[in-house]
Amino acid sequence: MKISISVNGEHVAMDVAPRMHLIDMLRDRLDLTGSHVGCEHGVCGACTILLDGVAVRGCLVLAVQADGCAVLTVEGMAQDARFDDLRAAFVAHNALQCGYCTPGMLAVAAELLDAGGTPDREAIRAHMSGNYCRCTGYQAIIDAVETVMKARA
Amino acid sequence: MKAPAFDYVRAKDAAEAQALLARHGDGARLLAGGQSLLATLNLRLSEPAILIDIGRIGLDAIEMRRDALHIGALVTHAAIARSALVAQHVPLLADAAPHIAHAAIRNRGTIGGSLGLADPAAEWPACALALGATLILSSSARGERRLAAGDFFQGLYQTAMAPDEMILGVDFPVLAPDERQACPELTRRHGDYAIVGVACALRLVAGRVRGLRAAFFGVGPTPMLAREAMAAAEGETPAEAARAATNALPRDLDPPDDPSMDAATRLHLAQVLLRRAITRLAA
Repeated sequence: MKISISVNGEHVAMDVAPRMHLIDMLRDRLDLTGSHVGCEHGVCGACTILLDGVAVRGCLVLAVQADGCAVLTVEGMAQDARFDDLRAAFVAHNALQCGYCTPGMLAVAAELLDAGGTPDREAIRAHMSGNYCRCTGYQAIIDAVETVMKARA
Repeated sequence: MKAPAFDYVRAKDAAEAQALLARHGDGARLLAGGQSLLATLNLRLSEPAILIDIGRIGLDAIEMRRDALHIGALVTHAAIARSALVAQHVPLLADAAPHIAHAAIRNRGTIGGSLGLADPAAEWPACALALGATLILSSSARGERRLAAGDFFQGLYQTAMAPDEMILGVDFPVLAPDERQACPELTRRHGDYAIVGVACALRLVAGRVRGLRAAFFGVGPTPMLAREAMAAAEGETPAEAARAATNALPRDLDPPDDPSMDAATRLHLAQVLLRRAITRLAA
């Protein structure tokens, strides 16, 4: 099926099988391998990306469902000055070790930052709770997000 | 894993979706938010021949219709969580929404999808049952019909919907004066399915509990209305209502043993949850 999608600001048109997940289209067809694939049933959060500005599981959205939509991946976030402070805070707080979960963490954090305000740590934890990290113990990730939320408020 | 191969068609409106359902029969599945269906396909637990995508047919309004709050089938969990109308008129749903999976899932998953799937551990079926909501169903052959939530949930993932029917929306009765609602649940971690949860509503009239409604989820094949507990609380003071309902609950619930928890523990936790819910609501 022919689809047309904006990916990190670039228009992309291609023919995909209905069964292809959005995350596989990004990784396998567009070589945007920054977003990762973990569990493939919506549990781990590694494939979380921004679809029309909201965080979604790339493994629980079909590429054909994203026809006409705008996708933002970690590659797009890397080129976008709106996320400079978020990336810097992840580095400063050592909020990643192996980095497998990081693209997904950045996507859900970006959504939280977009919502604005200064949620407390518990609220940040609740919002980030769908993304697994097996290295950091989460403390540093919450620290990084909280720092940016406070700085932006 | 990757999903098996299937055909895909995007319906342009509800009428076309129903026509496609009628034409493709048992091999077709409606694709709404896809947060359960696509996971099921990825795990190869289901192999539909064709998915009918209803993600762009509308049915996404939250609005007052006469004396009920109407929620379209394709309203997402996230939209319910942030709706001022929901918070004002059916606060049970606002209380339940944050319990549903995680933020990224709530952004896509829909109330119609959740009701249609009828997962016995899910929040919306129990909320609909507790409040006596009415589902609006439709098929091309027979048109629309309205069905009470109490008649809709029939068994494990089984509903009264015919194979050619779809859910258009659901009407919730609005909050009565003196009524309070809450949907507490126990989970091991954020976003897990509940070990046990209860969609609970009651009125407090002159210091007495009236019209307690308690629909449990995660304790049986369907959401379960705790009729004995509800009757035991009627007209009692809050403390006595909490005690009497808790004591009556074993006559309502018979949770199964499962590898994660034995039946007696789950029943005990259901009692703890009900006592807390009544105590908190009647405070």
